[in-house]
Amino acid sequence: MHESAASAFLFYLLAAVTLIAALGVVLGTNLVHSALSLTVAFFGVAGLYLLLYADFLAAVQILVYAGTVAIVIALGIMLTRRESMENSNPNRSIRARAAGAFVALGFAAAIAYAASTIVGKPVAALTEDTVSALAELMLGPYALAFETVAVLLLAALLGAIVLAKGADEV
Amino acid sequence: MSMSVGLSHYLILAALLFAVGLYGFLAKRNAIAMLMSVELMLNAVNLNFVAFNRFASPEVLAGQMMAVFAIAVAAAEVAVGFALIFRIYRDRFTVHIDELDRMKK
Repeated sequence: MHESAASAFLFYLLAAVTLIAALGVVLGTNLVHSALSLTVAFFGVAGLYLLLYADFLAAVQILVYAGTVAIVIALGIMLTRRESMENSNPNRSIRARAAGAFVALGFAAAIAYAASTIVGKPVAALTEDTVSALAELMLGPYALAFETVAVLLLAALLGAIVLAKGADEV
Repeated sequence: MSMSVGLSHYLILAALLFAVGLYGFLAKRNAIAMLMSVELMLNAVNLNFVAFNRFASPEVLAGQMMAVFAIAVAAAEVAVGFALIFRIYRDRFTVHIDELDRMKK
């Protein structure tokens, strides 16, 4: 009982941190603040993965998202900066924002209504070691997808270099 | 509301996170901010995968596997997205998508 209360408290804490950070990304008008908020949101999601006993994914989330993606975004902001950072992340017209808010709220309301009808059932015990369980999946039934995603990453990174640099430049 | 956190809590949280990303994608002018909003939406989807894995079939980690693949594809998406943004910035000196309307003229 104590454990469930503690995990519920942690869930609501992490959910609040993640959602507030996510709102900071889309509501602010300073691009650097948005990027920092996004990193906080990534860490919040990593904490939620830990609550869901997905320890390997939490590590991947911190390494790939809070690490690499955050750095790439910071690099992107630095390389495309022109004037001061004030109002570097402007909003569109009030009509576009209202339409965006309408679509987003409608979507959230529909999904939240559907999700609230799901009856929670007691959860069975988990495999303790997610790393070896995932490794067996990765090199067993998902081996083809694993190799394909490796080729996709290679192709995307080479393509990104060519795109950013220009094919005729050396 | 019951004290224990179940599948529906995670699904509602992921829906809210996705909605925040969706709003940012539609409301922002800066292409980098739009890319950040896409990352928020992808994180919401991954959270759904992991939550369904935890509460629907905890004995097989297929949902976590799917999240690993989604993260790999998202990394590729970030690389290509930023390469495109750099390219556009070098040609047009702007990353504001509403100024990139040359095909309309």
